[in-house]
Amino acid sequence: MKKMLGKTVCAFVAACLLSAPSVWAENIKVGALLAVTGPASFLGGPEARTLEMMVEQVNAKGGINGQKVELLVKDTAGNPEKAISFAKQLLEEDKVLAVLGPSSSGETMSIKKIFEDAKTPLISCAAAEVIVNPLASWVFKTPQNDSLAAIKIFMEMNKQGISKVAVLVDNSGFGKAGKEQLEKIAPEYKIEVVEAEVYDTKATDLSAVIAKIKANPAVQGVINWSIVPAQSIVVKNIRQAGWQVPIFQSHGFGNIKYVEAAGAAAEGVIFPAGRLLMADLLPDGHPQKALLMQYVKDYEGKYKETASTFGGHGYDAFMIFEKAVAIGGNDKEKVRTSIEGLKNLPGTGGVYNFSATDHNGLALDAFEMMTVKDGKFVPYTSK
Amino acid sequence: MGKNLVFLPIVAVVIAIQLLTAWTGTIYYLTQLTMSAYYSLLIVGLCVVMGYAGQISIGHAGFFAIGGYLSAALTTRNLIPHADFLLVRLLNSLGCLQAGQDVYGDPLLVFTPWVACIIAILTTLIVAFILGVPVLKLKGHYLAMATLGFGIIIYRIVLASAYFGEADGISGVPGFMLVPGLLVSGDKAWRVPNYYIAWSVLLLAILLLRQLIDSRVGRALRAIHGSPEAAEAMGVDIATYKLKTFMLSAVFSALAGVLLTHYNGGIGPSEASVMKSVRYVAIVAVGGMANLWGALAMGMLLNFLSLRGLFGSYDDAVFGLILITIMLFAPNGILGLQLGRIWQGLPYFLRKKPVTKGVND
Amino acid sequence: MTTELFIQYLVAGVTYGSIYAIVAIGFNIIYNTTGIINFAQGEFVMLGGMLSITFLHYLPLPLAITLAVLVTMGIGAAIEMLFIRWLKDPGVLRMIIITIGLSILIREAALHVWGSNVRALPYFFGNEISTFAIFGARVSPQVLWVIGTCGLMVVALNIFFQATSIGREMRACAANRVAALLCGIDTRNMVTLSFVLSAGIGALAGAVMSPITYTQYDNGTGLAIKGFTVAILGGLGNSLGAVAAGLLLGIIEAFSVSVVPLAFQDAIAISILLIILFVRPYGLFGSSAMAGLKEF
Repeated sequence: MKKMLGKTVCAFVAACLLSAPSVWAENIKVGALLAVTGPASFLGGPEARTLEMMVEQVNAKGGINGQKVELLVKDTAGNPEKAISFAKQLLEEDKVLAVLGPSSSGETMSIKKIFEDAKTPLISCAAAEVIVNPLASWVFKTPQNDSLAAIKIFMEMNKQGISKVAVLVDNSGFGKAGKEQLEKIAPEYKIEVVEAEVYDTKATDLSAVIAKIKANPAVQGVINWSIVPAQSIVVKNIRQAGWQVPIFQSHGFGNIKYVEAAGAAAEGVIFPAGRLLMADLLPDGHPQKALLMQYVKDYEGKYKETASTFGGHGYDAFMIFEKAVAIGGNDKEKVRTSIEGLKNLPGTGGVYNFSATDHNGLALDAFEMMTVKDGKFVPYTSK
Repeated sequence: MGKNLVFLPIVAVVIAIQLLTAWTGTIYYLTQLTMSAYYSLLIVGLCVVMGYAGQISIGHAGFFAIGGYLSAALTTRNLIPHADFLLVRLLNSLGCLQAGQDVYGDPLLVFTPWVACIIAILTTLIVAFILGVPVLKLKGHYLAMATLGFGIIIYRIVLASAYFGEADGISGVPGFMLVPGLLVSGDKAWRVPNYYIAWSVLLLAILLLRQLIDSRVGRALRAIHGSPEAAEAMGVDIATYKLKTFMLSAVFSALAGVLLTHYNGGIGPSEASVMKSVRYVAIVAVGGMANLWGALAMGMLLNFLSLRGLFGSYDDAVFGLILITIMLFAPNGILGLQLGRIWQGLPYFLRKKPVTKGVND
Repeated sequence: MTTELFIQYLVAGVTYGSIYAIVAIGFNIIYNTTGIINFAQGEFVMLGGMLSITFLHYLPLPLAITLAVLVTMGIGAAIEMLFIRWLKDPGVLRMIIITIGLSILIREAALHVWGSNVRALPYFFGNEISTFAIFGARVSPQVLWVIGTCGLMVVALNIFFQATSIGREMRACAANRVAALLCGIDTRNMVTLSFVLSAGIGALAGAVMSPITYTQYDNGTGLAIKGFTVAILGGLGNSLGAVAAGLLLGIIEAFSVSVVPLAFQDAIAISILLIILFVRPYGLFGSSAMAGLKEF
């Protein structure tokens, strides 16, 4: 028995030594909690790669205010319990200046209080509105509010005279938040949700549920709010059923892989998205154009994969952090107030205007309505 | 009493680690040590089910989730909209409810953590009984399927119900005041007491489990080397023994869920996933199946390293690799293997340990 | 419910059911010769899809699928030789844990090789929106490919086990391993062969269904759970039972959509299965006498 105990103690001591924090006095330390693996890896993967690329670029230029940036990425695999453990580690052991991420809203909500208590800025890459409303003084987020996307969709529906819709969402945090916002805002635009279904993020075929919705003659349009590959299956199954209903998607459709997966079925799908997907089509004077073109070129050159709006959330988080540190220096409170003072700052998600009461900083104009034509994203113009 | 002397060195080590962290200014290690202790609470329970009662369970994360989710939901979900119901009024007058404020500053009426904890544990007992009676009659693959199925059902329910927060899980769970002056909470100020709370619960649980293993039925089972048929023939009521073990381990899992949820301030669907259940089975296997101390040691070590992010993006892969390696080369657990070799060379009096039961039978 | 809707549900159910059945048959082939449930069966399906998509960059579709099936068969053989062959009389618990470990490892390896992006083979005929009508219901031609391939595999397997000498030797192993050994059958090679066969079947199913379901590194787990459920429900080792149970589960799932919210579908499907398991612990189509003879 004693042997076993001894062994356990030795193992703990070894583990403690192995993971002891290193000391880099002059560097600016920034942590990142991202779902690099696991079910949300399509978010965390591009975010982590974007952050690594940007830190490299900043350091190549001599860092921020002459100080090198040290990035500590922790892979939460989308688990809140890991996010909690890692958040405490980053705060207490690594003594980071700020943390970027997490990728999902569930994780963000579970660590929100920890950052309030630790008085350290957290710039989340998750979209749910509840992250910044109610306002928490140390918590920010970069993706556009879900309600803005919902409003954009409903405005377009009003134009097309659609008043009765079916809502399909996935069972991720993104889908959940979308369903809440859609059902909340719909009455304001005199739209009635007549069918609502939640499908699994790992769904492989949804033809049965599509058949059910199609059988409801009241449905004039379908909103599919999802961030997982299964959203392509929805589109495909609708068209396979020979149903020519207008399909609206959320900003979660902003990844060309989903269009490729849905193939011919994706043609004509209408969805709101940040301008990353149409960077080359923006007029030359547009404030976001140069930055978007540069990011897409850098990312695709370095990682040989298509840039997505998800990676863009990581881009914006680091850019906001970088600007705030450039103004406020290596100090938590000053970084926080500097972020709140950032105005007219173009990012991939839109033009940010932060304030003491708005910790997202994006308005309705962050979204453009887009559609799919010949397998490519193009701006949508109302008929 | 003498056989429980073995707890003394463990208590000494637990205290020594705390003093060491305080002395070296590395008190932050206690966060993951506390979390690991709660996971180990589940693991030692599962160890008895798998190793001593010989029943595999690929669904223990389900019991953890029942405990964690019920206590989280009951202590955060507002009852004010239902305040006029007789039951709510009755509960309120009995002191089962407490007032609070939600994130928007609005008034909140919720269950007190103690009541929530008791409801969670009772629910687990009932579920474990209803599930255990038919499930424990199954053998081999059918048993694996049934427990796996149970785990998936719980996972699906928490992921599909708005009451349990769907994919976001539940956050903002308040601390759990065990007795005045002893709060289960992740706050920095409560870190040292929480470390000791977790370890006290864990060690008490092990004490209880050892009583069960050393009970008449437990001894009888081991005496005839885990042959259920022989035991039945000798008139040993193994069905009741199995059910008792199963229910006790379910309660430990739920208790771990309750306490860790209050400690973390929330819970998410990942705690109910099949991968978690598989991970617990892996740790019991590495510890040596019928080896409580092995399960404890491996539960602490592997959870601690995983929670500190040492395996990075290879966390699941590492557990897969451990599972295969141990099962191929050391089916009696990593400690069993090495100690076995050392034991060969030791004098007899150090070797008179009960022979650990292999998984081959 | 209109006829059109009824047929639409039925077709959806038969499609899911064929997929589950084929995974379950993969479980059964290995179970019959070894008494092992190979929890990595779903990973064979995933590998079949992933490898065909990769090979499609260099080869025409039929060749890409053939090569993918062959490579997966090789992986199946390698798994048996590396992890199973040399174990002396491993217990059920130990084998469950080893194959679960293998499944995790293959999945994680696939994540690091192919990334987390979703991929798909192109439709064999037509494209994503081409369909034809049966009694007013619209059906994608790929659905026929899936159902047809699964049906052909079941028939071919039956012929193989009934009419060829290797097939008969494998059945002999299944019936009584010691007796088969005494009759001069190399039971070890039969075990390897069963892994090769079930890997091949899984891979072929994975390739054919890829245009419908897409392929992702972690597809296998969900399929394995469904396939395992179906195998148990049909009575372990009983391939025709697996087909019947697979179709039953698929059709229940498809029709349940009209009654319960989709989000609870899995929870309800599995609850029903658990109840069946408790009432008939040897499966819906298995017999208690047969189950009693097996050592599990």
